[in-house]
Amino acid sequence: METAQKLNDTAQTNPAARMAQEPETMNQRIPYPERTIGKPLCDDPKMSMRNVDVFYGDSQAIYGVDLDIGKNEVIALIGPSGCGKSTFLRCLNRMNDTIDICKVKGSFMLEQDNIYDPKLDVVELRARVGMVFQKPNPFPKSIYENVAYGPRLHGLANKKFELDEIVESSLRKAGLWDEVKDRLDQPGTGLSGGQQQRLCIARSIAVSPEVVLMDEPCSALDPIATAKIEELIDELSGQYTIAIVTHSMQQAARVSQRTAYFHLGRLIEVNDTNTVFTAPEHALTEAYITGRFG
Amino acid sequence: MQAGNLVLLLVALGAVFYFFGWRRSYAVSAPLGGVRHLHSLPGYYASLAAVWCVLPALALLGLWLIIDDAVIRTNLMASLPSSIQPANEVDYNLLLNQIRNVAGGALNPAFVPAEVVAAAEQLVAMQARNQQMMSIAFVSIAVLGGVWGWSRVQPRLRARQQVESVMKWMLMGSATVAILTTLGIVLSVLFESIRFFQKVSPVEFLFGLQWSPQIALRADQVGATGAFGAVPLFAGTLLISFIAMCVAVPVGLMSAIYLAEYAHRNVRAWAKPILEILAGVPTVVYGFFAALTVAPAIRGFGESMGLTVASESALAAGLVMGIMIIPFISSLADDVITAVPRAMRDGSLALGATQSETIKRVVIPAALPGIMGGILLAVSRAIGETMIVVMAAGLAANLTANPLEAVTTITVQIVTLLVGDQEFDSAKTLAAFALGLMLFIVTLGLNVIALKIVKKYREQYE
Ligand SMILES: Nc1ncnc2c1ncn2[C@@H]1O[C@H](COP(=O)(O)OP(=O)(O)O)[C@@H](O)[C@H]1O
Ligand SMILES: [Mg+2]
Repeated sequence: METAQKLNDTAQTNPAARMAQEPETMNQRIPYPERTIGKPLCDDPKMSMRNVDVFYGDSQAIYGVDLDIGKNEVIALIGPSGCGKSTFLRCLNRMNDTIDICKVKGSFMLEQDNIYDPKLDVVELRARVGMVFQKPNPFPKSIYENVAYGPRLHGLANKKFELDEIVESSLRKAGLWDEVKDRLDQPGTGLSGGQQQRLCIARSIAVSPEVVLMDEPCSALDPIATAKIEELIDELSGQYTIAIVTHSMQQAARVSQRTAYFHLGRLIEVNDTNTVFTAPEHALTEAYITGRFG
Repeated sequence: MQAGNLVLLLVALGAVFYFFGWRRSYAVSAPLGGVRHLHSLPGYYASLAAVWCVLPALALLGLWLIIDDAVIRTNLMASLPSSIQPANEVDYNLLLNQIRNVAGGALNPAFVPAEVVAAAEQLVAMQARNQQMMSIAFVSIAVLGGVWGWSRVQPRLRARQQVESVMKWMLMGSATVAILTTLGIVLSVLFESIRFFQKVSPVEFLFGLQWSPQIALRADQVGATGAFGAVPLFAGTLLISFIAMCVAVPVGLMSAIYLAEYAHRNVRAWAKPILEILAGVPTVVYGFFAALTVAPAIRGFGESMGLTVASESALAAGLVMGIMIIPFISSLADDVITAVPRAMRDGSLALGATQSETIKRVVIPAALPGIMGGILLAVSRAIGETMIVVMAAGLAANLTANPLEAVTTITVQIVTLLVGDQEFDSAKTLAAFALGLMLFIVTLGLNVIALKIVKKYREQYE
């Protein structure tokens, strides 16, 4: 806290000096905490990660992260670009398996199941842990086929009407049904950016996942589409466990109950969202949320 | 001097004026305080001087070479003594040839009248004078132009713009030459085809089932009437292309999928170049491979099973042509498959699809238009392919769908029609142009459609 105070003083008394400082030198002045500050663990976790290290080739992207994600909570992962938020998120449904040079260490539990157990079926895992990406990526198929894709893969519907039901309820949950119900056979790529992203959310909840991972789902969208997605996340929050990476602190504040702050591959602080934004405990967190680097 | 030597000399002169232009641009900029006070960089002034030296001289040379022959000829013939003045055009040409041959040393002067010998001597003299005058005019234009360009080097001269526009015109000229050449070829094929269709009706050509393009030497000859029904050729071409595509499409596509989706980077690094080597094998090599290795093997195999197989079966030619096309399809398909954004694959994998499900349900459907375009391009190559079928397919125009029989193709027939001594206005020779026109129309159509599809597909992801 003291260091942060000093930093604050210099910054206030001499703005020019602050401008001249390299972010790195600022970071070096504030030491990392011994262990994550706040409440990284929960009583009733949906997912729990311990001692997570991630490497891309020889360079390490995540350093010894411990984190629990509670049942039906929305947790926001924030931090400067390149601090490893996406990397961490992609470990949770083993999307990092698709990157050759990526090596993941540590323990990852989804309730009682070890995610990285070689005997565990990654197909099943990804049905339980869905993902929404930064850029909307609907398949070049019809809106209906986009949503029906997952249920078809996992054989969730035997009859056409069952599939219809799944498609409709998923689109309803994603708040898209009224906008597209008359043109389900038209290509999903023809929707607007915000609609596409909601389609992608509908697509991932169509397989009834337990956890939904979202990697900056609004960063390619305009403010109105963003507001709609945030509303949607709010509605989904009771039924699904959601981990959302975001660059917008307002967004984190609006949708999440807990917030985790990452810095250069380390998990600095995890706390109730309110606490993080009003009374951050660690100086790095404070520096970030007051906009001193990002 | 010969025109070739003149051009070499011109290059040297251009370099000299480049150098002087460069020097002068520095000289005129010195009082102003350096080259940054010039309108353009010194290189532009230098180029402009060189351009003024080279281009007018080249234009002069071109014009001169186009007209000098006609001028010499008219002067020569006009100066002939009236005793040997030709009476008509045929005589005129005959005499002219005689004179030229004597002048060139191809005809012994003892065999021709003295007037002709005299004319030949005059021709030699005129040609020498022509060369001289041309060299002098050429060099003086080059030097004058260069000096003019050099003298124009002034600080305010907009040399950059002028050099740019010269460049633009030169590039445009090259493009025009390419386009005009193509147009010329197309038109000449078209006109010859029209001549053919005056002798043979288009209906017979397009729908006739009989192809035997011999023309009677005597009226009472056996088989005197040639038949120009091209359907057997179209059918043969299609049969062989079909067999080729049956080989090339599955193998090419699957190897592309393997390389793009499954192969480790290291495997890809050596497998792709090897496929490209396959594409670089000259088709004549594939041709004798087909004729000497594959065809006998198929024949032997077929006979061991009790089938009659022609020694020049459509199957052999088609198989080898298919192998030739594999790298073509696989590299085009590889391009479109790798162009499918990674986000598509991630989206599918994140829903719990396996890799092969992702490929089958997302990647291939997304890449399909591009793949179809690639296949159409490959078909048009198969149809136009000549060397393999000339060596491995037959000459007999059988109308059959049996791949074990010999068939012939459009390209094979064009080659056989034109090999050997021809009369240039017989239907037999002109038929080659009509076939060529058909081939051109079909491949052009296929290419246009294919490129449209591929382009549309590209736009989808931009
Ligand atoms: N595919 C990859 N290959 C190599 N390094 C990567 C890859 N993806 C991310 N990284 C590195 O890992 C670090 C964390 O990246 P990332 O998780 O994308 O950060 P964030 O999402 O927080 O912006 C960065 O330093 C980045 O350069
Ligand atoms: Mg990221």
